[in-house]
Amino acid sequence: MRKRVATPDAGGLTRRTFLKVTAAAGAGFTLGVFSVEGGAQQTEPPKGAAASGTIEPDAFVRIGSDNTVTVFAKHFEMGQGTYTGLPTLVAEELDAAWSQIRVEGAPADAKRYGNLIWKEFFGTDAQGTGGSTAMANSFMQYREAGAAARAMLVGAAAAQWKVPAESIVVKNGVVSHASGRKATFGQLAQAAAQQPVAQNPKLKDAADFVYIGKSFPRTDSKAKATGKAMFTQDVKLPGMLTAVVAHPPRFGARVKHFDAAGVQGVPGVRAVVEVPNGVAVVATGFWAAKKGRDALKVDWDETGAVKFSSSELLEQYRKLAETPGAVARNEGDAAKTLSSGAKTLEAAYEFPFLAHATMEPMNCVVRLTADRCEIWNGEQFHTVDQMNVAKAVGLKPEQVFINQMFAGGSFGRRANPFSDYLVEAATIAKGLEVQGQPGIPVKLVWTREDDMRGGFYRPAYYHTIKAALDASGMPVAWQQRIVGQAIQAGTPFEQAMIKNGIDATSVEGAANLPYAVPNLYVDLQSPRVGVPVLWWRSVGSTHTAYSTETFVDELAAAAGKDPVEYRRTLLVKQPRHLAALDLAADKAGWTRPLAPARDGGKRARGVAVHESFGTVVAEIAEVTVKGDAFTVDRVVCAVDCGIAVNPDVVRAQMEGGIGYGLSAALYGAITFKDGAVEQSNFHDYPVLRINAMPVVEVHIVPSTAQPSGVGEPGVPPIAPAVANALAAATGKRLRKLPLTLA
Amino acid sequence: MPTLFVNKERVDISSSVPGDTPLLWILRDSLNLTGTKYGCGMALCGACTVHIEGQPVRSCQTPLSSIKMGADITTIEGLKSKEAQALQAAWQKLDVPQCGYCQSGQIMSAAALLAKKKRPTDADIDAAMAGNVCRCATYVRIRAAIHEAAKSVA
Repeated sequence: MRKRVATPDAGGLTRRTFLKVTAAAGAGFTLGVFSVEGGAQQTEPPKGAAASGTIEPDAFVRIGSDNTVTVFAKHFEMGQGTYTGLPTLVAEELDAAWSQIRVEGAPADAKRYGNLIWKEFFGTDAQGTGGSTAMANSFMQYREAGAAARAMLVGAAAAQWKVPAESIVVKNGVVSHASGRKATFGQLAQAAAQQPVAQNPKLKDAADFVYIGKSFPRTDSKAKATGKAMFTQDVKLPGMLTAVVAHPPRFGARVKHFDAAGVQGVPGVRAVVEVPNGVAVVATGFWAAKKGRDALKVDWDETGAVKFSSSELLEQYRKLAETPGAVARNEGDAAKTLSSGAKTLEAAYEFPFLAHATMEPMNCVVRLTADRCEIWNGEQFHTVDQMNVAKAVGLKPEQVFINQMFAGGSFGRRANPFSDYLVEAATIAKGLEVQGQPGIPVKLVWTREDDMRGGFYRPAYYHTIKAALDASGMPVAWQQRIVGQAIQAGTPFEQAMIKNGIDATSVEGAANLPYAVPNLYVDLQSPRVGVPVLWWRSVGSTHTAYSTETFVDELAAAAGKDPVEYRRTLLVKQPRHLAALDLAADKAGWTRPLAPARDGGKRARGVAVHESFGTVVAEIAEVTVKGDAFTVDRVVCAVDCGIAVNPDVVRAQMEGGIGYGLSAALYGAITFKDGAVEQSNFHDYPVLRINAMPVVEVHIVPSTAQPSGVGEPGVPPIAPAVANALAAATGKRLRKLPLTLA
Repeated sequence: MPTLFVNKERVDISSSVPGDTPLLWILRDSLNLTGTKYGCGMALCGACTVHIEGQPVRSCQTPLSSIKMGADITTIEGLKSKEAQALQAAWQKLDVPQCGYCQSGQIMSAAALLAKKKRPTDADIDAAMAGNVCRCATYVRIRAAIHEAAKSVA
């Protein structure tokens, strides 16, 4: 589920939207949740927790008599830093001490915990994380939650001390008065609970921020540095069994018949259950389940299965690119300008399927009873998952309870319109019930191979671009065609999200080309080819940034102009792009020559600038080329994400985004042979390792605008920046990913 | 009955546990030591790294039958050395983790490195840590944190 393509203003959330949601949330709540350190799998409402000496002024904050401030995070923590960013907003307005902050994942409850940007877009409450919206949609909401709690504490102190509320000071977790009276939040919590909930609390001016814009430590680093952080893989419930599933070798195949004779002899196996996409072996632990799975014999009905090889698909896409598609952008008359005799350039680009390859392969724990389905998951798509799981097991969505776990990465994989692995886990639990083993908790574990071959890839794409240049070398026409599967086609979102044949996720980053080109045309062909596809960290921009930023680099070269200067001329009306580009160029020393390589290799820089999810990122890559081999030595990154709530988390996301993007740029490709995925694990789907990680330097453009996201926008510019550097070093323009000079 | 010492505690393993069971699953499923992670099952990602007799090994490719009886096994839960504590402190000081799933394995590999090389160079770090994948690409900070820990122990 994704928002917007050409409307960059992620911070454009209205105050009215927020207040409406708050009012709905004002009733307070109690539901089981996990603490950051995990451990206790508490699923019932904490009995009496809300009653004795704690206040929960709204759905987002709980202040305990033990002086803890618990922030309920409506967005999950997959590494991007939400469990630090959201509490920062609360701590800021509450004037809490950072050491008293705790974080718990909020339960599934779309009315209270819906994503406000998604609501703007879909017109309905939906809870979940994606599109780099967590901070953007929470910025006012969590600040107001903190301010409301503060007002109640102040009100309680004013009443106890018989002084005007205005004369009370709150600082670093201590409430005090000039008379010398002082109290902790914990001491005031019980009295504060009697105070009316502040409906319109005053928020701080930016000049008074003590948390926002500073870098407070992540709330999860300790748990993650000591092995104590609890992921779904680590959940263990009494009597729990583990399931491993035999999936079909080709997408679209179905079970025709299976023979479990060999499975019976595997010690520990408890059941064999057919599921919609395969056959599950359920056992006392992973190893027994896997051995059981490997002993299964399954005959597959491949009537409706994918049969093509990657080269055939590419051929099909090339042919499609000869035919006009659905129009995504049309200004002026690009076709006419291109045929008017001006100098023209053209290029075609090939992008493979990509797997997310999260460190934690997909998994899910389910406990199903007559009227309740309980899920343990690194939960990204609460509302959609509740609906899909409920349908699979014959319950209502509100009977699906979700325990939020740390997610071992997602990059989009866990936000699946079909809830694929959750539904699979729930179906296995249902199968156990049918076989007379009801209520037994089951953990579905995908092996790395299952995960790599399980689909839901970044789609393969093919692009063509033609441009016409005027006498001074500036583009006067740009015509781009994109061919590739629409991520939302065939999903429950298709009707709402595909307009006039355009899935915005296919063209974002191209249809909103920031450069001033008077005649601009972008269209789209969206073939249906049967491979399950999904959003992959930065989605459409994973390919559009590459084609647009390497092509504009070619135009600069054709014009005989410096790539930064050429872009600057075309970005005259794009102040945020300009500022990021200028900052990166300045810090990278763009106008100064690179130090020569010690071993005689050729060194060069390349630049790219791209906006995604309301955030603009410019990256300058330095490469060394020796023969057909090259290294990426250093990347200088400049980011404008509005207010940087936690600058160190912003830097971390840029570093990580660059590394994630480099994996795809240097190695990433899922390929098909006769319909079967050829890759299976990290030996044939290599990913970036420490010895290939460049030095990364991140600079943040100062801003007073509301924050936009940082989880995805670091990814798009790196591949084109590297390719442009390689072109500068070798003269070769690489138009096929992953990049190779051989 | 096979016996191991896991984090200094004696563990007797029932003879019903098949000898081909990887140490990883004995730690996770039988002993509930879940800090050691499953990532690939082929010794390609390092998430399952533990120490056997002080040496870093990939527990997903270490079947029970291959382990010398009475061997000393250390997991992230039992990591207590001065170097290890310095690493865990540096990991927090520099906020290395993002999703965190690989970080137990990263720290186990880094602790083994510092145990034999007090002041590793970048090249030493690359050599010792290239077997540990981090999909969040926290490598910049892993490198910095190892240097930081080395400095603080020295």
